[in-house]
Amino acid sequence: MADLLNVQGLETQFRTREGIVHAVNGVSFSLKEGETLGIVGESGCGKSVTVMSMLRLIPMPPGKVTAGTAMYQGKDLLKMSNEEMRQVRGAQIAMIFQDPMTSFNPVLTIGRQVAEPLETHMGMSRKQAYARVAEMLSLVGIPNAKERLNDYPHQFSGGMRQRVMIAMALTCNPQILIADEPTTALDVTIQAQIVDLVKRLRDELGMAIIWITHDLGIVAGLAERVNVMYAGYVIETAQVKPLYANPQHPYTIGLLGSLPRVDQRERRRLISIEGLPPVLYQKPTLCPFAPRCVYKVERCMQENPPLMQVGPDHFAACWVDTATGRMRA
Amino acid sequence: MTKEVLLKVEGLVKHFPIVKGSLVRRQVGAVKAVDGLTFNVYRGETLGLVGESGCGKSTTGRAILQLHRPTAGVVEFEGKDLVRMKGEELRHMRRRMQMIFQDPYASLNPRMTVGEIIGEPLIVHGIMTKKEAENRVEELLALVGLNPAYANRYPHEFSGGQRQRVGVARALALQPALIVCDEPISALDVSIQAQVVNLLEDLQGQFGLTYLFIAHDLSMVRHISNRIAVMYLGVMVELADRDELYTNALHPYTQALLSAVPIPDPVAEEKRRRQILQGEIPSPINPPSGCRFRTRCPLAADICAQERPAWREVGTEHFVACHMVKA
Ligand SMILES: Nc1ncnc2c1ncn2[C@@H]1O[C@H](COP(=O)(O)OP(=O)(O)O)[C@@H](O)[C@H]1O
Ligand SMILES: Nc1ncnc2c1ncn2[C@@H]1O[C@H](COP(=O)(O)OP(=O)(O)O)[C@@H](O)[C@H]1O
Ligand code: SF4
Ligand SMILES: [Mg+2]
Ligand SMILES: [Mg+2]
Repeated sequence: MADLLNVQGLETQFRTREGIVHAVNGVSFSLKEGETLGIVGESGCGKSVTVMSMLRLIPMPPGKVTAGTAMYQGKDLLKMSNEEMRQVRGAQIAMIFQDPMTSFNPVLTIGRQVAEPLETHMGMSRKQAYARVAEMLSLVGIPNAKERLNDYPHQFSGGMRQRVMIAMALTCNPQILIADEPTTALDVTIQAQIVDLVKRLRDELGMAIIWITHDLGIVAGLAERVNVMYAGYVIETAQVKPLYANPQHPYTIGLLGSLPRVDQRERRRLISIEGLPPVLYQKPTLCPFAPRCVYKVERCMQENPPLMQVGPDHFAACWVDTATGRMRA
Repeated sequence: MTKEVLLKVEGLVKHFPIVKGSLVRRQVGAVKAVDGLTFNVYRGETLGLVGESGCGKSTTGRAILQLHRPTAGVVEFEGKDLVRMKGEELRHMRRRMQMIFQDPYASLNPRMTVGEIIGEPLIVHGIMTKKEAENRVEELLALVGLNPAYANRYPHEFSGGQRQRVGVARALALQPALIVCDEPISALDVSIQAQVVNLLEDLQGQFGLTYLFIAHDLSMVRHISNRIAVMYLGVMVELADRDELYTNALHPYTQALLSAVPIPDPVAEEKRRRQILQGEIPSPINPPSGCRFRTRCPLAADICAQERPAWREVGTEHFVACHMVKA
């Protein structure tokens, strides 16, 4: 199937008092129509900055997208006029965040806010728009949706606000939904409700999804393909099953080993990755994971490995074949 | 192995009064944060305490340590009831019970060096002189995997995981028997969580510590606990051995909670049947009559609205509170 979105060589930096932070360092990936891509990694690894750069939502200054392209429907998002970009963001690529309160205006009713994009992007009348909003709110499981149109954001619970935000994101039938840790602040039963809702809407509406999370559990049940990020690089990418069954990068192996499983009987010692992820003030001349890596060899300290093919449709940025101990290149 | 009861909790209640009026203050209600808990903690075990936010886990931990004085109930520690204890006697007992907090940022005084933070309880309780405490602090730092030379640094110079280690060292300073770990890893990244959990396990082996381990991550709780208690809206709904709970959960809330936890394995996820709970957690100010879970329970019947289900033992050391569970 054709690529809906194709990102190549994306680089983003931030100017800070300590120096220039290299937050995203040449990230490439593509998204097919209707596909769900998971982006996983620990905090600060560049997940949010990747998608925010693509949507031109990086605060500049201190941020700057220094290289790359993001092709969507034959056009580079990074080169569009501001007006074109606003159109795309409002109607074709929608985004939901961890904290819904930041995406709502606290002094406008929910009905007003969810209806707004319908009036501006789809040319609906106020009345048509409100009818569609009520429909959307019941679709995402808000009880008595019609009566709640005149309520304000604070009158909804955390889980319900997340549903409203999803409704707002989906009102214009976007082709891509970008979800940046939308369930991280929620309790596990409410998280299950939201994930279940998104899966159902995906099947009904057929949009593609980029789901950002630090939770390898959620991605396992939701995504078809996964990008694992570390220090602003995609260090491994594959279809979800081979990635979990046969992780190739030492970081991915470590992350999966550090997670206990709720369905696991035997008590094994958790694998702990010693040390901390780096903040990069310059382009690394070594593998950024090398200081924490138990597989490292001399070359790892001298040269940053590129993504190399390690299996069918499976790529990892590591010099060492961890299964055999041989060099990959 | 014979089990020795270290901590015995009976009918523990903690209500927070809601007061109105500025001149004449009167109580208009109460947050029923914890509303009748009965359970034991055995010496040397880890009892996991799980449940969603606001269900009363932290309040339970604090009420046990008498950081919140209970509204009612008995908290017997090493055979003595703490609820009726006061002053010097209570202060003395408190040395035997410590707490580790969720937020390693907020729980450490930013103006003290980590050496002062860790040594403070030793000096406050008059156990050591300042000089003696310095040596002990170095030992404690090494014990939790930090460089003893870091004693002169301030909390902000440490990462989240390292700060949590400082919190652990401080808790260990008085050689307690019981440590209440209140979500000690929730604020940490996954690779760092494993470091802290491994440390807690090592220390338990070394010193025979008893943990009450509070968390909302059921995977980690299954990993670290010997037994697990599940709370919902201020009450305990089930308590059992870890494997018994995961293979033979009896309470419908426990079942739903377990089925909601994502498993980091796409094959296992595909095969799973997820039980999605409807609705949201009601307010602890005005909880549902009878069984508190009934408004979201797929099994609820008339009796569930009328009578509070008894907390009863339905198998060896397997406790549950539900009308629909057969004896
Ligand atoms: N506004 C900013 N100013 C300076 N640095 C930033 C800013 N936003 C992000 N960064 C840095 O970029 C890196 C990646 O951040 P982010 O993409 O938000 O991580 P995450 O993977 O947790 O979403 C981090 O090191 C972060 O400190
Ligand atoms: N000091 C307090 N005053 C009033 N209400 C409180 C206080 N501490 C906790 N609560 C309330 O008690 C309930 C249980 O809280 P808590 O024990 O912190 O839950 P958990 O730790 O399970 O998230 C919540 O409704 C909370 O708002
Ligand atoms: S390249 Fe070397 S250091 Fe980097 S992950 Fe692979 S083995 Fe480890
Ligand atoms: Mg982020
Ligand atoms: Mg708490």
